[in-house]
Amino acid sequence: MAVTTTAGRLRKNRGAAPLQSLFWRLPWLRSALLLTPPLGWFVLIYLSSLVLLLITAFWTIDTFTTQIVQVWSLDNFTLILNEPAYRLIIGRTVGLAAVVTITDTVLAFPFAYFMARVATRRIQTLLFAAVLLPLWASYLARVYAWILILNHSGILNWSLQSIGLPPANVGYTIPAMWIVFSYIWLPFMIIPTYAALERVPESLLEAAADLGAPRWRAVRDVVLPLAIPGVVAGSIFTFSLTLGDYITPILVGGAGSTFIGNVVYSSVGIANNVPFAAALAMVPVAIMAVYLLIARRLGAFEAL
Amino acid sequence: MEGFWTRIALRIWVALILLFLFIPILLIFVYAFNTSNIESWPIPGLTLKWFTASWDDAQIRTALGLSVEAGLAATALALILGSCAAFAIHRMTFFGRDAISLLFVLPLALPGIITGIALNAFFSFGGFPLSFWTIVVGHTTFCIVVVYNNVLARLRRSQGSLVEAAMDLGANGFQTFRDITLPLISTSVVAGAMLAFALSFDEVIVTTFTAGAQNTLPIWIFGAIRLGQRLPEVNVVVSFVILVTIVPVIIAARLTGGGGAARVPAAR
Repeated sequence: MAVTTTAGRLRKNRGAAPLQSLFWRLPWLRSALLLTPPLGWFVLIYLSSLVLLLITAFWTIDTFTTQIVQVWSLDNFTLILNEPAYRLIIGRTVGLAAVVTITDTVLAFPFAYFMARVATRRIQTLLFAAVLLPLWASYLARVYAWILILNHSGILNWSLQSIGLPPANVGYTIPAMWIVFSYIWLPFMIIPTYAALERVPESLLEAAADLGAPRWRAVRDVVLPLAIPGVVAGSIFTFSLTLGDYITPILVGGAGSTFIGNVVYSSVGIANNVPFAAALAMVPVAIMAVYLLIARRLGAFEAL
Repeated sequence: MEGFWTRIALRIWVALILLFLFIPILLIFVYAFNTSNIESWPIPGLTLKWFTASWDDAQIRTALGLSVEAGLAATALALILGSCAAFAIHRMTFFGRDAISLLFVLPLALPGIITGIALNAFFSFGGFPLSFWTIVVGHTTFCIVVVYNNVLARLRRSQGSLVEAAMDLGANGFQTFRDITLPLISTSVVAGAMLAFALSFDEVIVTTFTAGAQNTLPIWIFGAIRLGQRLPEVNVVVSFVILVTIVPVIIAARLTGGGGAARVPAAR
């Protein structure tokens, strides 16, 4: 019986042999076949969508019919650059994205430092999980939680009142957005910073100590420069995600908290002016492109 | 080693950050049991009535159904496309490799609104009316990368010599795949699928631009919070969404030893 099975197997092998040997001789063929569906998906759907968006930005709409006029023009871009309201909105968005990034860096660094260099292996794993869970817990849920906390009869004012302080009416303001953004993106900063700090060999610190550097000096001159790629990698996320958000401004921002994303959103949803929305959406894309170039200079891509 | 006081200060800092991270999430679970329909603190009492109210709500149920179906379809597609890409990239060292990795991560790294309006423009330009499948296409696009990352990381860590040994012992390509490669990568595939589903189930921005008039669960939540209506049900639904996204992530983290669920690049 065993003989027949083996023979059967051999026969089967021979059947598959031409294809197999073809793949063996031309390994790129196998990869090309495997790569075609996912790459095709990305090129046909995603990249062509992005290219279409870029092209649309140079079109305009007929103000009466709201039909897209496919004539090349820079009207949308000149409007964005010349209209003070849009400059204000862009400035506000970029400014808050920068402030959120700095806040998260400050909050994350000691935490990541503790995780990487002080905590035992067990605590390290637990803290890693503790950072991951809020990262995945629903985005909307985490924004909503802050509505509950910051509203005028929420837990923040209740706590302030119970220790005899006046209520802080933070709800529906730009500071509320600052808190919520810093909260939501904090895990994105902690994880790369931790990864970078963990890679700093202890021997470097010992060497610094042997050469007479006090601990704080070793941290400042040895650990910090080596951690920068990780911090910059984290900042790509905190900066980019804040830059493109429109949900948080709608839900927790009040009057005067319009972001680039909100104008894009209402240009598509309400005004039905896709070309203008596309042109405005190029602003965060251009800012991120510049940011990524700087990040690459700082070695953030090696930390990715 | 850090000094005594430095370590104390770091411990306090870590404790404060943990409270900052978790108090808001726990608070939602508390509010889900709120007897009052006004969201103020402290809550007057505990009840389960909003759970039954949400469960019986036709709108919420339809939205939940759509979210689950779209999530499963997007996960299935991402699983196939992401695994194919990981296998192709793993074997090859060709010039475009980094470019392809960057391309796959783009939908997560670019602001969601860009992906959203780009797809929206694509669908309207191509004459595809917004439907269930446009949601699935959008979700698949940003889910591929989590499957791809997980499977690729596993393939890189597993030893090529096992596959070679199987081939030397006479196994054909299919047998090698079934008996060696598949068992090696299976947990990473499951982890990738879990994460893809969690990502899809919670997505709101891209969905807004690809769903048309349909409501997924996150879109329903967004609408309700925005209008300040039906917040008691929102508390329940949001608690449920947190659980549905966190449980798969815990499973995925267990299957991959933590690194796979990092979502941001953490370990090489």
